[in-house]
Amino acid sequence: MSLSTFNEMYAADGGVRSHYREFESWLSRQSDDLMRLKRAEADLTFRRVGITFAVYGESAGTERLIPFDLIPRIIPAAEWRRLETGLRQRVTALNRFLHDIYHDGEIVRAGRIPAESVFGNAQFRPQMKGIDVADGIYAHVAGVDIVRADAGEYYVLEDNLRVPSGVSYMLEDRRMMMRLFPDLFACNRVAPVEHYPDLLLENLRSVAPVGVDDPTVVLLTPGMYNSAYFEHAFLAQQMGVELVEGQDLFVQDAGVYMRTTQGPKRVDVIYRRIDDDFLDPKVFRKDSTLGVPGLLDVYRAGRVSLANAIGTGVADDKSIYPFVPDMIEFYLGEKPLLTNVPTYRCRNRDDLEYTLQHLAQLVVKEVHNAGGYGMLIGPCATREELDDFTRRLRANPQNYIAQPTLALSTCPTYVESGVAPRHIDLRPFVLSGKEVTMVPGGLTRVALREGSLVVNSSQGGGTKDTWVLGR
Amino acid sequence: MLSRTADHLFWMARYIERAENTARMLDVNVSTSLLPMSRESAERGWRAMLGISELQPAYDARFDKLTPQDVIEFMVRDPDNRSSIYCCLQAARENARAVRGALTTDVWETHNDTWLQLQHHLQGELLERNPHEFFEWVKFRSHLSRGVTIGTMLKDEAFYFIRLGTFLERADNTARILDIKFHGVAESPGALPAAQAQSQSQSQGVEEEPYLDFYYWAAVLRSVSAFEIYRRVYRDVITPSRVAELLMLRGDMPRSLLASISDVCANLEQLRNDQSAETSRRAGLLRAELEYGRIDDILDTGLHAFLTSFLKRVNDLGQRISHDFLVPLMVR
Repeated sequence: MSLSTFNEMYAADGGVRSHYREFESWLSRQSDDLMRLKRAEADLTFRRVGITFAVYGESAGTERLIPFDLIPRIIPAAEWRRLETGLRQRVTALNRFLHDIYHDGEIVRAGRIPAESVFGNAQFRPQMKGIDVADGIYAHVAGVDIVRADAGEYYVLEDNLRVPSGVSYMLEDRRMMMRLFPDLFACNRVAPVEHYPDLLLENLRSVAPVGVDDPTVVLLTPGMYNSAYFEHAFLAQQMGVELVEGQDLFVQDAGVYMRTTQGPKRVDVIYRRIDDDFLDPKVFRKDSTLGVPGLLDVYRAGRVSLANAIGTGVADDKSIYPFVPDMIEFYLGEKPLLTNVPTYRCRNRDDLEYTLQHLAQLVVKEVHNAGGYGMLIGPCATREELDDFTRRLRANPQNYIAQPTLALSTCPTYVESGVAPRHIDLRPFVLSGKEVTMVPGGLTRVALREGSLVVNSSQGGGTKDTWVLGR
Repeated sequence: MLSRTADHLFWMARYIERAENTARMLDVNVSTSLLPMSRESAERGWRAMLGISELQPAYDARFDKLTPQDVIEFMVRDPDNRSSIYCCLQAARENARAVRGALTTDVWETHNDTWLQLQHHLQGELLERNPHEFFEWVKFRSHLSRGVTIGTMLKDEAFYFIRLGTFLERADNTARILDIKFHGVAESPGALPAAQAQSQSQSQGVEEEPYLDFYYWAAVLRSVSAFEIYRRVYRDVITPSRVAELLMLRGDMPRSLLASISDVCANLEQLRNDQSAETSRRAGLLRAELEYGRIDDILDTGLHAFLTSFLKRVNDLGQRISHDFLVPLMVR
């Protein structure tokens, strides 16, 4: 694959970009041995602290480390300011969209988005129609995936509005960097991110049901064998709220309660890290043991808040994604500040034909899938894979979108042979409640395999600390 | 606090305490088995060890005959034996992991690190090369987990549930350690089996048994770190009845039944809720019997009988605690 890529640290002429200069000169003074020791120390610490994730498909309880890279991803202050404004705008529009489609559906009636894509969408939850959620906020936590391509252009790749994860790695990566290299933070003015749990708690408290002054917030986890369990436990602890499983909660007298050693205790806000499908076996999947029977009734009655709301999946669906710029114009009357990746919706005959003809240059994704599963990267695919996807596209075109293969930017990264460029992305976390807040930066994921564009931890990706430099 | 959280904390503490006491029991057996003695005596010791932990059937299902190596293997690293040190430390760590948010970072990391180190030890040859050192390591990790709990945790419900688990398990385990000697031996009131053994050996000639008894009780004392304490308290030769008194009725002896049950009572008091009064009453009654009991009376009715009844009552307390606090409380 020969794509010219944007290197975060080095300009095309080989010079160090100005915002990396301080770091690069520091790095050049560190010996290889020292850095090797520091890498070992980081691994040991992550293992001892138990910052691990479970791998599905391996035997229960298999825990792995997410590889952590010592070279940070650095973003200049001005660039971050543009991103932040754009994110604020985008997530606000998405929340307006969700409120709209579960109420009057104006954007559909105005002909800006086809009704079929919204109301016929598997992620649309008819149970949410006409329900008023606190402050009209649906996506309280959004993890927007941003990539950089071409000459350094930022693109939004995905709006994750269901139960985005990874923020604990953002926080732990920072903690680790400060522990390993305190001197680095003395000479670089890195914007802090450690107050994220405070922002999150404040955000969750702000969306409590009307009339609740001192809300009880809990974090609902599927349990310790979930791949993101560490993050659930971590956030609950950092916020000082109970980490509950479905079995700890029950519904009575139109309220949600948790079972405690001192009897039942009322719950007001549930930061749930369980998918819609598993939330309430009375309404969604009957076989779910992770949820709380009767939860939806209480929720619909406005007597408990869920973050994120039920039914947000329709807004981050890949078939809706191409319409987000339209949403921004429609709801906010503004020009979109962040750029979408051009997207071919294979349900359209023309787009399908284009996709089939250019399959070897495109990335094809299933509309409902996430986590890097069910994806074809044309330039890296074998003949068999291309043929296979051609068949699948013809059989079920509405299930796919296609996008040009972006030459994701790279960042120098430690690999077996030394330091080499590897592709990265960025996931900032945007909190929406009474107001929209975020900490500067986000989680930078890195594809550790040479040439790979897949950064997901389930597919062998690693992480880097992300620095937004002070002015 | 969530009932489930309390349950995990309670069992986290019980499992680490159980691992420690299993290590203590194994250590006694390893050191007594170094004494010159008949094969039968040695075998009886190992058999009693299994019996007292109610593991004889499980052992027999796995091994044809009884050898020290196999018993140690079974009690230390067998992943299918729920009472093995391996399983106990794993369970302690899994329980801690399930509620790591309710623990301080120090407590969680201690349990996690114990688990990581255990795997390292079991992959190495430490257990084969020097079992005593391995058992010491287990004890040390248990000390560490208690210390880090006391040293870093807020004194709230979470803390008291951890402590409750520790002391209930310890009461159970100390009783079992004491009972090993009597396990499988028919008991006549008023007589300690030790005395029986002695009278037998007198009639059968003196080859091994007379001094064996001293070493046995000394080993029991050492197993609960009470050898020096015994000397200080009694300033006299080691007799079985005094050992029993020290490990049962002395409130100042930290691993005794009285001390353990007193601590159970104190922690229950901190945790009491609307339905726990009966549990507190039963625990208090048991403490009173130990506090005001006399060793001679206990020996008259039979030590084994007393310990058997004691274990039953500890078990009852465990079930009641589970009912009062840990099983999700259903609303009526």
